Amino acid sequence: MGIKVINDKCIGCKLCIPACPLGAIKVENRKAIIDLDKCNLCGACPSSCKFNAIEITKEDVRVVDKSQYKNIWVFAEQYEGDVHPVVIELLGEGKKLAKDLGVELCALLLGDADIEKEAKELIEYGADKVYMATAPELKHYTTLPYSTVISDMIRQHKPEIVLFGATTTGRDLASRIAARINAGLTADCTGLAIDKETKLLMQTRPAFGGNIMATIICKNHRPQMSTVRPKVFKKATLDHSRKGQVIKSTPKIDQSDLLVRIVDMIKDATLKVNLAEAEIIVSGGRGLQAPENFKLIEELAGVIGGAVGASRATVDAGWISSHHQVGQTGKTVCPKLYIAVGISGAIQHLAGMGSSDIIVAINKDPDAPIFKVATYGIVGDLFEVVPKLTRKLKEVRG
Amino acid sequence: MNIVVCIKQVPGTTQVKINPETNTLIREGVESIINPFDENAIEAALQLRDKHGGKVTVITMGPPQAINALKDTIALGVDEAILVSDRAFAGSDTWATSYTLASTIRKIGAFDLVICGKQAIDGDTAQVGPGVSEFLNIPQVTFAVGVEINNGVMKVNRLLEDTNEIVEVKLPALITVVKQMNTPRMPSFKGKMKAKSAVIPTWGAKDINAEDGKIGQKGSPTSVVKIFTPPPKGGGELLSGSVDEMVDALVKKLRDRKVC
Repeated sequence: MGIKVINDKCIGCKLCIPACPLGAIKVENRKAIIDLDKCNLCGACPSSCKFNAIEITKEDVRVVDKSQYKNIWVFAEQYEGDVHPVVIELLGEGKKLAKDLGVELCALLLGDADIEKEAKELIEYGADKVYMATAPELKHYTTLPYSTVISDMIRQHKPEIVLFGATTTGRDLASRIAARINAGLTADCTGLAIDKETKLLMQTRPAFGGNIMATIICKNHRPQMSTVRPKVFKKATLDHSRKGQVIKSTPKIDQSDLLVRIVDMIKDATLKVNLAEAEIIVSGGRGLQAPENFKLIEELAGVIGGAVGASRATVDAGWISSHHQVGQTGKTVCPKLYIAVGISGAIQHLAGMGSSDIIVAINKDPDAPIFKVATYGIVGDLFEVVPKLTRKLKEVRG
Repeated sequence: MNIVVCIKQVPGTTQVKINPETNTLIREGVESIINPFDENAIEAALQLRDKHGGKVTVITMGPPQAINALKDTIALGVDEAILVSDRAFAGSDTWATSYTLASTIRKIGAFDLVICGKQAIDGDTAQVGPGVSEFLNIPQVTFAVGVEINNGVMKVNRLLEDTNEIVEVKLPALITVVKQMNTPRMPSFKGKMKAKSAVIPTWGAKDINAEDGKIGQKGSPTSVVKIFTPPPKGGGELLSGSVDEMVDALVKKLRDRKVC
C-alpha cells in the first residue's frame, strides 16, 4: 500500500497541486513531491495527472465471493404508511441499473402488519419483488431493530447493490448496517451508473460542499451500498397493471435491540412544505432586517407553492425555526427553483443550495457572492422587488 | 461520567476560495480548523461534565499536525486528548475510520457517552458516528439538538427533516450533534496556558490493538476512482431596467422555463 510519483513520467506540470484536497503536493526541480504525512491516499491526484505519473498501489484483504451476490435492493422508507418520495426515485434509478446488470429490482419494506398496500404500490412503481418484514416493533423507525432485521436479510438473500435515500433515517441506518456486515457505503450520491467492463457500481457524490465531485467504487465487498440524495433522480412511473412477488417474513425483535424508546414526535407547524422535498424554495436572509418581514417570503412562497427557507444568520437571530435553515450547517437542498432574498451568499449557504436547477437572487448589494451562482439576478431593494414579484406571479398564475 | 468526543481536523472553509479558471478550491495557505459540528460536540460534553462531574477525553485520527486541534480542545477545558496517528491508517474510508476510533475508545476504557459532530464539512458523509457505535455495540442517537441525563437515562431531542423526535436511551450510548445544539465556548486564558504544557499521547495501530486488515486503505471497502469539478453553471444573467421591468422579465423567464 502506498503512493508514489514515477519520476520518468512526471514533467512537473503542477496539475496535481490544485487537485489535492489536502495540499500535500509540491513541485521541486520539475518533479512532483508528495508529503506522506499529509496525504491520505484519497485518489484525487492520479486522476488529475495526464501522464499517469502518480500511482497508488493497494492490497486487498477482505474479499468476498462476489458471484453469490445479485439483484438490486431499494430500502422503502415509510412513515406511518406513507412511502417516502425518495423511494420512488430510487425505484426509477434502480430499474435502469437492474436492466444494465440483467438482474431484478427488489424493494425492502419494514413496518407493522399494516403495510400490504405499500407493498403493492412498490410493485406498481417497478419492484419485481418486495421483501416485506413485519413486527409491531418495526412500526416506527428506530436504528437497532431496523439494522438487525435488514442485516439479516442481506446476509440471507445477498443483494449486489442496496440503495437508501440520504434522509436522516437513511443516513442513520445505512452506516450502521455497513459497519455490521463489512459493506462499502457511499454517502449522499447524486450519480449512479454501472461500469460496462467491471460491472461495478460507479457512485458519484459531491464533497467539500459541492465544489468537488468524487466517483467512488466498492471493488471487493458486497453489497455495494449507497445513500442517494433526494430529488436528484426522476420518479419511477406508476403502472397499476404491474405484477410482482411479495415475500413476507415476521422477524422476532430481540430485547437487546430495544434500547432506544421514542417518547414523542413534535412536528414543526411553521413548516408547511418540507424543504428537502420542495420543488420551489424561497429563502430569506439578513436583508429582511426584522423577523416580521419573513411574511414577504411566506407570501411569495405561498403564491408559487414553495417552501420557506432561511439563512443561518436569521436562524441564529431567532427569527425563524432551525428546520428552515439552508446551508452547510442546515439542510442541503436542490429544488427546481431557489429564490434567495436578501441573502449575501456566504460559502456555507452556497454549499447547501448551489446545485439547485435555477437560482434567483434578489439583493441590493451588486457585489454579493450570491450573484455569482445566480441564474437570474435582480439588484434592488427587496422591500420593493418582492411584493411586486408576488403580485405579478399571482396575476399571471390566475 | 466519562465522555469521549471524536473530532476531525478539516480545511477552514471560510477561507476557502474557488479558482475561477479551474473552479477548484484553492488550498494553499488554508488553515485547518476543528470541524464546526465537532465544536458543538465538545461543548455538549463540557456542559454535561460540568453538570454531572467526570471527565472529557477528545480523540482524533489524523496526521501528526492534528495535535494542534487537540491542544485547542485542552484550552477549551477538555481533560485529556489523544492523537491516533499511524501511516497504517492512511487511506481510511468511513468504515475503517469508524473501526479505528471505536478501537481507540475501547482502549481508553470505561465510558458512558460518546459524542460526535453530525458530519464533517469536508466529506459530509455523517457515516462515522453510526459506524463507531456499531463497532462499540452501543445504541446511537443521531442529529441531537438537545440532551439531558437523569439517573443514567439520556433523553435526546433529535432534529429531523420536519420533526423533532424525542427519545430515551440508557447509557452507554453515542450521540451525534447538530449545530443548533449549543454555542461553543471560547478558550480561557487559564485553558490556553494549560494547552501549552499539555502532553498529548500519540497512539498507533498497535497501541489500539487494531487488526491489520481493518485499518487504512486495506480495511476500506470503498475507494475513490475519480475526482473532478462539477460542470460550471452557465447562463448567469443580471437583469436590468426599472424594478417593474426586472420583475416582468424575471416572471417571463421563469414561466418560459415552466418552473412556476
